[in-house]
Amino acid sequence: MSRHGRMIHRGQVANRGEGSRTMAKIEFETPALKDWLSTPAVQRDAMAHSKPFVAKPAHQEPLGFPGELVDNWQEVALEKMGDLLGRYRSLQVFMDSCVKCGACTDKCHYYLGTGDPKNMPVARQDLMRKVYRRYFTLAGKWFPKLVGAVELSEDVINDWYSYYHQCSECRRCSVYCPYGIDTAEITMAGREILATIGVGQKYSNEIIGKVHKIGNNLGLPEPALADTLEGLEEEVEEDINVPVKFPLDQKGADVLLVTPSADFFAEPHVDGLIGYAKVFHQAGISWTLSSYASEAANFGIFIGNYENMQKVAERIRQAALDLGVKRIVVGECGHAWRVAYSFWNTLIGPFDFLDPAYPVPQHICEFTNDLLASGGLKIDPEANDDKVVTFHDSCNVSRGSRLGSTPGGQFTIPRNLIRSACNHFVDMAPDTIHEHTFCCGGGGGLLTDDLIELRVKGALPRAQALQQVIESHGVTHMAAICAICKSQFSKVLPHYGMGMDMIISVHQLIGDALVFNSDH
Amino acid sequence: MLLGSIFAILFYLATVIFLVGLGERILRYSRTPAPLVIPTTPAPTTRTGVCARIFREVVFFESLFKGSKWSWLFGWLFHFGMLVALMRHLRYFTEPVWSWVILIQWAGVYAGIAMFLGLAGLWLRRLMVDRIRYISAPSDHLMLALLLAIAGSGLAMKYGQHTDIVSVKAFALGLVRFDWQPLPSDGLLILHLSFVLVLMLIFPFSKLLHAPGVFFSPTRNMRDTPREHRHVAPWANDPPRSSSE
Repeated sequence: MSRHGRMIHRGQVANRGEGSRTMAKIEFETPALKDWLSTPAVQRDAMAHSKPFVAKPAHQEPLGFPGELVDNWQEVALEKMGDLLGRYRSLQVFMDSCVKCGACTDKCHYYLGTGDPKNMPVARQDLMRKVYRRYFTLAGKWFPKLVGAVELSEDVINDWYSYYHQCSECRRCSVYCPYGIDTAEITMAGREILATIGVGQKYSNEIIGKVHKIGNNLGLPEPALADTLEGLEEEVEEDINVPVKFPLDQKGADVLLVTPSADFFAEPHVDGLIGYAKVFHQAGISWTLSSYASEAANFGIFIGNYENMQKVAERIRQAALDLGVKRIVVGECGHAWRVAYSFWNTLIGPFDFLDPAYPVPQHICEFTNDLLASGGLKIDPEANDDKVVTFHDSCNVSRGSRLGSTPGGQFTIPRNLIRSACNHFVDMAPDTIHEHTFCCGGGGGLLTDDLIELRVKGALPRAQALQQVIESHGVTHMAAICAICKSQFSKVLPHYGMGMDMIISVHQLIGDALVFNSDH
Repeated sequence: MLLGSIFAILFYLATVIFLVGLGERILRYSRTPAPLVIPTTPAPTTRTGVCARIFREVVFFESLFKGSKWSWLFGWLFHFGMLVALMRHLRYFTEPVWSWVILIQWAGVYAGIAMFLGLAGLWLRRLMVDRIRYISAPSDHLMLALLLAIAGSGLAMKYGQHTDIVSVKAFALGLVRFDWQPLPSDGLLILHLSFVLVLMLIFPFSKLLHAPGVFFSPTRNMRDTPREHRHVAPWANDPPRSSSE
């Protein structure tokens, strides 16, 4: 046992990553953009070196996970796998159903960008399936070689840590699978098992800890938040001479806005936040942010842990109750919207204390779209005549949730908003948008600098499609409704020779096009 | 008669293992909760819509069509060839033969050929495409070999060395009526039946479980109505709530 323990000791896995931080820069080549997206040949172990930093005890323990690799890790891991198989029908059915047809093999952006065969969705699943077969099926117990079943060894765990952190849980593979196998479910289970034996991921777990403690991913306390919002009010008033407010902890407001904390600081996110505030202002609907629940993001989904996801979400319910609001509106954030739309009612419902006339939760795009439809906003698209805009469908909105009252609203509503605010709009290639959209390359808890090589390479399919519309239609900007997409593209587009400021918020376009002079 | 008795016992055994094994899996799938609403969206919002989605998935292989045209073509040929060929075989188990089974006899032969070609195409793909070769375990190749052997031995009896189908029918009816009859000791027939026995035996323990699995896949069989309906798993608890605030 000690031999096993030594091989995958937390410190060792970590050393590899931490070491590279001190080694100047991680060396890698950005894939070249071609005329079309081609499927790479299999290049074994091309990304075997890619591993995010491992969580330290201080990141693990507040989430209810052991601080370091436990001694009987093999036993604990198998017990956890059995537990998850009994709790999640998805995992149980998906472990049995795959026929290795290969339909998913050329669908993952990380495979397309790296050629590492373990980044093919089926191969990523097989990292767990081969262990499942060995311990949980007759075929694997009796004929392991025949069915490709293996023992849960330290090599397997190392592979899990590496390749379950090369999946952004974007669900693109699930669109094409004849059995609807969603690799995200398996990645989540893999990460939960890893965290349970003491090998969690630093980036996600540290952030979840901050939300539990302070209320947002940045660890931004109330005074700093209040100060920031005050600054924004001054900035906007200076800019358009309208006293647009950014209320915080205002009891009795109609709407609680919950938005990713990146919206408070990061570019281009903050221009989206300004856009929301302008919409609220012009519509004359009272709203507030909460310092207790100052985060829409919920990284609990990334690590696949129900209890942590629920605990993060519960702050929002509590804030809504404390502030006595009637509605909850969620800002532009992909995975946050999936958790809010698809899971909140289950995790922290029922929302019987809110106004039943509105959907709970409501997306800011739905909110603005309704106002546009009812004539509640005055908008002049000429304000954005300097731009030719395309739209990046974010994975979690496209394949894990919905906007509006009919299926597919997640595609039409954001485009409707952009067209209302902007005269020049063009879509990217049909096999790269809507349900076929490619992940930005930074989703699913991978938006960390220790995975920069993976992030750049994973952005290849989107960069390829964007390059095409730049050349064919002179596209100048790509709008998105996800904080992770925005951060990721700002960082990786320059690697492909595109400007970091190409990526903008949908509500920046809206905010810039709203006409205020008649009000004041 | 010895051969007939051996195969009769084997068929009963295989049938029991097939049914019990499959039943155990179906029970397990249906008893395991799906704790979160996870349809791959856009997804239907009604039960009728969900049924239609699963129907399209099972009958037209809708998702596979989106994913890979070659796999779809070969896979569809194989599955529906096999279905029609199987229906054609009902004539061995019914007396008098049902009229619709008589009607499809001609189609059943072409179906056997389609099944063979589809399987051959799938195997070729598995061997030729580097990505699919990488994900293939020995059992994935053997499964195709087994199905090809079943289709091949069947077609060989149709077009090559005929077997005594009157006796085969007597044997098959004997199985159904629990009145065992002798089986012709014909090499091709013995092979054909043995391969079918193996297929029945491994069904509940192999990737053939995709057959029940597709009906239980939460990304396909859930409605997109999470805002309207709470969906709480039996094991899920409310979060710890402080009453003071």
